[in-house]
Amino acid sequence: MLEDLLFQLELGLPQVVLGLVNGAFYALLSLGLAVIFGMLNVINFAHGAQFMMGAFVAWMLLNYGGIGYWPALILAPLIVGAFGVVLERTMISRLYKLDHLYGLLLTFGMALIIEGLFRNEFGSSGMPYSPPEILSGPPIDLGFMFLPKYRLWVVVAALVMSLTTWLVIEKTRLGAYLRAATENAALVQAFGVNVPRMVTLTYAAGVALAAFAGVLAAPIYSVNPQMGSSLIIVVFAVVVIGGMGSILGSVVTGFGLGLVEGLTKVVYPEASSTVIFVIMAIVLLARPAGLFGRA
Amino acid sequence: MAAGHASIAALPALHETPGLLGLSVLGFNRAQSIAFLALLAALIAGPFFLYPVFLMKLLCFALFACAFNLLIGYVGLLSFGHAMFFGMGGYVSAHAAKVWGFTPELAILAGGAIGACLGVVAGWIAIRRQGIYFAMITLALAQMVFFVCLQAPFTGGEDGIQRVPRGSLFGLIDLSRDMSFYWLVAAVFLAGFLLINRIVHSPFGQVLKAIRENEPRAISLGYRTDDYKLVAFTLSATLAGIAGGTKALVFGIATLTDVYWAMSGEVVLMTLVGGLGTVFGPAMGAAVIVTMQNYLAEFGAWVTVIQGVIFVACVLAFRAGVVGELARVLKVRL
Amino acid sequence: MAQDRRSLLKGAAAAALVPAALAGLPGRARAQANTLKIGVLNDQSGTYRDLSGPGSVQAVRQAVAEMAGKGIQVEVVVADHQNKPDVGATIARQWFDRDGVDAVIDVPTSSVALAVAAIAEEKNKVFINSGAGTADLTGSQCNANTIHWTYDTWMLAHSTGAAMVKAGGDSWFFITADYAFGHALERDTGEFVKAQGGQLLGSIRTPFPGTTDFSSFLVQAQRSRAKVIGLANAGADTINCVKQAAEFGITRRGTKLAGLLVFISDVHALGLKTAQGLVLTETFYWDMNDRTRALTQRIGDIDGGRKPTMVQAGCYAGTLHYLKAALAMGAADARKSGADVIARMKAMPTDDDAFGQGSIRADGRKIHPAYLFEVKSPEESKGPWDYYKLLQTTAAEEAFRPVAAGGCRLTRT
Repeated sequence: MLEDLLFQLELGLPQVVLGLVNGAFYALLSLGLAVIFGMLNVINFAHGAQFMMGAFVAWMLLNYGGIGYWPALILAPLIVGAFGVVLERTMISRLYKLDHLYGLLLTFGMALIIEGLFRNEFGSSGMPYSPPEILSGPPIDLGFMFLPKYRLWVVVAALVMSLTTWLVIEKTRLGAYLRAATENAALVQAFGVNVPRMVTLTYAAGVALAAFAGVLAAPIYSVNPQMGSSLIIVVFAVVVIGGMGSILGSVVTGFGLGLVEGLTKVVYPEASSTVIFVIMAIVLLARPAGLFGRA
Repeated sequence: MAAGHASIAALPALHETPGLLGLSVLGFNRAQSIAFLALLAALIAGPFFLYPVFLMKLLCFALFACAFNLLIGYVGLLSFGHAMFFGMGGYVSAHAAKVWGFTPELAILAGGAIGACLGVVAGWIAIRRQGIYFAMITLALAQMVFFVCLQAPFTGGEDGIQRVPRGSLFGLIDLSRDMSFYWLVAAVFLAGFLLINRIVHSPFGQVLKAIRENEPRAISLGYRTDDYKLVAFTLSATLAGIAGGTKALVFGIATLTDVYWAMSGEVVLMTLVGGLGTVFGPAMGAAVIVTMQNYLAEFGAWVTVIQGVIFVACVLAFRAGVVGELARVLKVRL
Repeated sequence: MAQDRRSLLKGAAAAALVPAALAGLPGRARAQANTLKIGVLNDQSGTYRDLSGPGSVQAVRQAVAEMAGKGIQVEVVVADHQNKPDVGATIARQWFDRDGVDAVIDVPTSSVALAVAAIAEEKNKVFINSGAGTADLTGSQCNANTIHWTYDTWMLAHSTGAAMVKAGGDSWFFITADYAFGHALERDTGEFVKAQGGQLLGSIRTPFPGTTDFSSFLVQAQRSRAKVIGLANAGADTINCVKQAAEFGITRRGTKLAGLLVFISDVHALGLKTAQGLVLTETFYWDMNDRTRALTQRIGDIDGGRKPTMVQAGCYAGTLHYLKAALAMGAADARKSGADVIARMKAMPTDDDAFGQGSIRADGRKIHPAYLFEVKSPEESKGPWDYYKLLQTTAAEEAFRPVAAGGCRLTRT
């Protein structure tokens, strides 16, 4: 019995670690969605496409400009964020007075366009992208498993990024304006804060987060035009489970569900992608607002 | 139902002009009656001018879009997972016709039945939230159904169910010719279309609209809005299942495409292009999109991009859709 | 008021006619009696674009160009089935019924391929499949109007499984995409491994689609200490597996990865650095011999510098053989009955620059040798697209499923 348990543990521990890596992506993506939703009340369906753009921009920087991974980690989010600014200014901003669903539909259309254009340009089978020299090399021996250095970096980077975002929103003056504008935009505007610009930059920041995740993913996942759309539905489920209430909630839910998924991969691998949806259904029945959501 | 009148009175009058030829029985005003007659004429004349298989496909999607519109247009719920009913309907109809030897009309009804069952379950979970959450939940549920379809042995996995016989209507009339099957499809579409109109114009439909406009108020008037929403959701799912089942018999195949989430997106696009909440819009939107898919096939990779552009253009500039804009120009309801 | 009603009527009529007008747009010109019309139906926009797509069209056009001036006129039309069976079926029906298309070529995605095969039989036309993998096309769902040219899952499983054991990889662990296609690949390959005296150490089913992270499955596979990890999946799944196996240093520690459905376009997507050491089966490689190199030269660069895949080469060879048969019969006769053309194609030996000499069996299966390749390391590669080294060759007669085992009704006596 004990032996059995130990064996399970031995099998389980690596999965916990690997689950955290996946959770890092869920957390970053759902964080971006939450930031955008909090401010704009728009579900950004193009989030997956923007994640993909991040990975592709990194690839393009390397192949057309000879710019490596580390600069790309900063540049790609900036470039995709700039694209987000254009998108928000020219299109999304026209929809604020309408039903939120139009925002969903608009960004869904944008996702189709972006994916289609990338597929026309780069084909569908994907592009090679290697991890940076310093993080490649032989995997680290953790005793119970070999973990590539890059994976460790993904978890660290995602945690730092999430924490920074949380600090900015909860602890800075800018964050205070943001939270205030979410509650009552007109009032904040009356105090002399340029709310439309703040909204634009928030959208750009959310998009940049997606692109950041994209660059992080480029060395380990297949860089192809549909890489985002296969992930985004899971992230939607993560968002529903966490509830849109808090930034921290989306991060915790992201990592937590990555863990659950990782463990399912040992116990019952066939169900590992369904498990998130099952949890979603259960959470909805018990707590319709989500785990961290305000009703 | 006791408080039904109060709610109806709260809504703007719908029948500005009486329908023609007694069509007001169906809830049509004059403009709608004329449009309906035109639709009827197109249904009858269509197969003599256009390729029947193409028309049948169009009608299946038109019915699917109408069913979808019942939710978004009249209850204000955007489902992003309607592919589950459409696709599952297709699988069950195909299986019933091929393996159990059902006649086509029974096979199609079987598709509707599975749509209804799924609709009750999915609806029961989904209607707990509104708006964007509702959309995401339906999307996630549809994804679960997709996984089931991919793995259940009876669906044939990636290959799908192939070579489904069209069979004979009531076991008597052979339907293997395209033209004969067309009339069955046209009849199914028409029945579904009229049923939806009947629902929309019934007291039940008025309550749905009341919920769309102001749910707290509908609740305060004593309606158990969740029950109404669930019934509407189930009805919509049933009709989507029927549309999917019909389509499976038209082509003799049922495959994963129809349960995939992109199909849920497509039906949203059709309804949006035609006009949300209009009577004729969804059918019109389905016609535009299916035609486009068929004739843009030569342009290859641009199909997705063009669809995306239409999506964006509709949201930004033509939110009322083709029929909605037309109705606005003509100052009528369509 | 009268004015109103008229404009209303007009509006309603216009509303009804818009789709009608749109649908009437394309010319319905029927092909002339001595002109053959070939339709290339494949994926121009989705997952299979790189392995079939525009390259297949280019290959078909090349075959047509080589047969030009021999007395038959050939017209080529192209459509994107978007990997949707209903779209594919509508196009195929319309091509056969209205546009006078005589032969449909390529059609990746097995669900679409099976649907088109059924339509070709119903309308008595010609269907030469190159892009799809399902062995049912020449098995339980075979018909007298279909030829399956390039590859199928049985052949891939057999070549990779059996040849790999011969090459020393005698203990296997499978990572299998959890749906019928993956199960079939795993089952078939496993049988060949066992038949050759190899050992099966286990398998793991991964959700499909939607799995992007395979690392935990790879870690579990590695624990089994199998010499070979068989990837019973395709496309992005395989690419992710190979990429992450390299990242976890699995291949570095001597475990071989065997891709059961990998195309050269996938290897290109991975890059040699990641893909090196991967073992796979193909029936065509552009750098195989002088004939394949000459053909690659003639087809030219695809989509900005790509070399033809085996699917695209199959489109070339299939079209060439079809046109040869049609030429022998006369275009007018060839147009009359698809089954007759197919019968003639089966009766004639095949010979083309892509697959060399070969033949088509009664069940519609084109047979040719299967090659087990290993992907070169970056150091071994001498130039762009120099990707493979040959490990084993399975002779044409043994490479494909025996006729008797397929259960094709055409071969029952």
